Amino acid sequence: MPAPIRLRELIRTIRTARTQAEEREMIQKECAAIRSSFREEDNTYRCRNVAKLLYMHMLGYPAHFGQLECLKLIASQKFTDKRIGYLGAMLLLDERQDVHLLMTNCIKNDLNHSTQYVQGLALCTLGCMGSSEMCRDLAGEVEKLLKTSNSYLRKKAALCAVHVIRKVPELMEMFLPATKNLLSEKNHGVLHTSVVLLTEMCERSPDMLAHFRKLVPQLVRILKNLIMSGYSPEHDVSGISDPFLQVRILRLLRILGKSDDDSSEAMNDILAQVATNTETSKNVGNAILYETVLTIMDIKSESGLRVLAINILGRFLLNNDKNIRYVALTSLLKTVQTDHNAVQRHRSTIVDCLKDLDVSIKRRAMELSFALVNGNNIRGMMKELLYFLDSCDPEFKADCASGVFLAAEKYAPSKRWHIDTIMRVLTTAGSYVRDDSVPNLIQLITNSVEMHAYTVQRLYKALLDDISQQPLVQVASWCIGEYGDLLVSGQCEEEEPIQVTEDEVLDVLEGLLVSNLSAAVTRGYSLTAIMKLSTRFSGVNRIKKVVSIYGSSIDVELQQRAVEYNALFKKYDHMRPALLERMPIMEKSASNGPTEIVQTNGETEPSVVDSKHPPPVSQPANQANDLLDLLGGNDVVPVIQTTVPTKPASAGGELLDLLGDLSLSGVPTPAPSVATSQPSFLLDGLSSQPLFNDIAAAAIPPMTAYNKNGLKIDFTFERANPNPNVAVITIHASNSTEADMTDFVFQAAVPKTFQLQLLSPSSNVVPALNQGTVTQVIRVLNPQKQQLRMRIKLTYTLKGSPVQDLAEVNNFPPQSWQ
Amino acid sequence: MEMQFMLLFSRQGKLRLQKWYVPLSDKERKKISRDLVQTILARKPKMCSFLEWRDLKIVYKRYASLYFCCAVEDQDNELITLEIIHRYVELLDKYFGSVCELDIIFNFEKAYFILDEFLLGGEAQETSKKNVLKAIEQADLLQEEAEAPRSVLEEIGLT
Repeated sequence: MPAPIRLRELIRTIRTARTQAEEREMIQKECAAIRSSFREEDNTYRCRNVAKLLYMHMLGYPAHFGQLECLKLIASQKFTDKRIGYLGAMLLLDERQDVHLLMTNCIKNDLNHSTQYVQGLALCTLGCMGSSEMCRDLAGEVEKLLKTSNSYLRKKAALCAVHVIRKVPELMEMFLPATKNLLSEKNHGVLHTSVVLLTEMCERSPDMLAHFRKLVPQLVRILKNLIMSGYSPEHDVSGISDPFLQVRILRLLRILGKSDDDSSEAMNDILAQVATNTETSKNVGNAILYETVLTIMDIKSESGLRVLAINILGRFLLNNDKNIRYVALTSLLKTVQTDHNAVQRHRSTIVDCLKDLDVSIKRRAMELSFALVNGNNIRGMMKELLYFLDSCDPEFKADCASGVFLAAEKYAPSKRWHIDTIMRVLTTAGSYVRDDSVPNLIQLITNSVEMHAYTVQRLYKALLDDISQQPLVQVASWCIGEYGDLLVSGQCEEEEPIQVTEDEVLDVLEGLLVSNLSAAVTRGYSLTAIMKLSTRFSGVNRIKKVVSIYGSSIDVELQQRAVEYNALFKKYDHMRPALLERMPIMEKSASNGPTEIVQTNGETEPSVVDSKHPPPVSQPANQANDLLDLLGGNDVVPVIQTTVPTKPASAGGELLDLLGDLSLSGVPTPAPSVATSQPSFLLDGLSSQPLFNDIAAAAIPPMTAYNKNGLKIDFTFERANPNPNVAVITIHASNSTEADMTDFVFQAAVPKTFQLQLLSPSSNVVPALNQGTVTQVIRVLNPQKQQLRMRIKLTYTLKGSPVQDLAEVNNFPPQSWQ
Repeated sequence: MEMQFMLLFSRQGKLRLQKWYVPLSDKERKKISRDLVQTILARKPKMCSFLEWRDLKIVYKRYASLYFCCAVEDQDNELITLEIIHRYVELLDKYFGSVCELDIIFNFEKAYFILDEFLLGGEAQETSKKNVLKAIEQADLLQEEAEAPRSVLEEIGLT
């Protein structure tokens, strides 16, 4: 049997293949040869064959039949075999397969091998891919090696210990004795890995953190030596001595100094020194400065130091290197809340970054710009941001538009400016504004009484130009319906009034009804607007005709409205003027920014609009009175309270809660009958949406998110009404062990596109033997409707010892995020 | 620095090295590699070296025809990750003498060995270039000594 071809020979051959098919053929041939060689239990060439297999695996071909061969190589006495065997294990095996456990014994033996390079292989493999079972079995060996005087092994053992602790946190205690003298090492490798180990322990356990605080002086000393020492060729990077070690020490100092005055004070000087002395011409110096800034901002540093840190970030913003600008913007975003004034000083540089070519930099600059807007700089900032909105990529437009609306609402210097700004957003990014902006804008416009004529004129003109952007069209239709009389009378004060006739206005509105560009919702708005004009315009016949035509529309929504409006013309004509009169000023009870998950009824305005509709014909008179009472008088304000989210929202209860608040807000009698007759109104028209959501909410199945070591966490779902982007998750934690779990803390993190709000838990003791559950409500905002994933962290004390666990929750039912 | 994985790939998207520090099945690894490689290759040259991808931070840099790409976690210092990548390239360069992509293709196992002497579990185990190269050198010698006896025997004819 000829010897199997060498690795490099195979690589050369495969690379000569001109097509994918040719390559596949070569690979299959070689795999067959390798398979038969394996079957013959050939010891001599096993190593060569596995190496070839690893190459083919990297090209994307299956190599699972080599897994056991890797194990045989590891068990071999030859160093070459072990080297390839361990490499193969790391590439082909993963801890989900039982096969990997067979390695445990070999690794154990190799950890005690006489040759340090073999020990090194074993430590490396264990530290890279060791499963929890393996870590449990071998932790003792690792701990032994952590105490050896051989620095080559000691540094590897330290990182291996880090991996063990990550996999099996309970084992952390056993490494504590070995950490005693780690920092007295001279060897940088050991120092670096020791700092990593200490960092890991401090991050995981508050007790360890308290215990290691005493190391702060020693760490400060080591850092000082690194900075002050002369040129050391072995560790030098562009004139800086061992930047990797410096960064790790700074990070550990950050953790130790956080929330601790004494430690923070002890490191103040060294941080100032690093911040001022580090060479900034190359990336490596900036990396250290960056870490220093992060540390200064996180610990209890004195204000002078904080200002120094922010100024460093300000300098970063001016750096030519875009990577540096990126990290500067990221850090400034984190500090803008706490050190607002200091960051304000760099506002113009930040605004310049809006014009950067890089997407990530632009996004950060945008977020930061919004954070910096205040009453003083609103005009200037808005100019820049609107310019940005014009020219930015579509992925930014929605967030930018929302941000502009929010900022404008908070800081608008005048009503006209506010309306103009809104107009600008609607016309330039009209299709990207969020759906809940429409009711907000309508409310805003309603409340700016003196601007009605100006607003409706501008909106009308915008409609003449472009009817494709639905939010714009919806707001415009609503305004024309409301203020059409101002439009045709040419009463505008703010700008040159335009001449427009009633027919022209009706042309435009009817055009919206028939246009392919109009969404169903938009058509609803137009029809209602046309109807409202029947009390504002003189020519009613045309409107009557339109309404009767749509009485047989295929679109059920339009049909219903048209039928009801028809009824209004025929049987209830005496009520028509009152029903369709001008909307009163609406009081806004909470701000509706893009960053808040407030349970405001985002559909307040349309549903109030709908409540003007006559009820089902069966109870005409009674409910007509109720309607009039609700709207009647100029002083009655239908205040829609936000339901404070302390109680879990239940489907049916949702509607009733809103109604309950309505009746409490001082609406005059007959308040009770208003309350009971309301359901039919809110269920009409647009308000059919909440109903769908309720049905959807009822259908989302609960799931088990976590079940380990006796702690089980179930998730149950509701859809937050009325915002369909908010999922309300209630966690139920139960404990099947014999002892109570005390100090139970549940934490969750979600990917960036989501936002999370965690409410208070019912308790922090999970009683033993499933005798009770701890519940807690999570609200997740998911505007982009992305697949919901969550990382959860559980900490509790069981029988006196603290337990911590991290888990990923990926099994959310699709209905919870779609 | 919680590095989750490191990938090396060519401008045509061919993987030259993949080191995983988190447990994932072969299928998951393939999917991640494919998606990430495509995302990075689509980026324009003027863009910065960092991007957010899924819930990770990706740090990448191109050296000649090879992309070096690391996935780190949210807390990590991206600038020092760039230095880690650079240090690895320097090590390869010293070892192979003016390293190029072909060196890594034909000696991929050595590229892994060097990486495993520099990083362990995703963290740097040795910050001195000299020490990493010395360790590799010694290990290579050990390997040669293991091979040597057999070829001597073969020479004499005593296979």
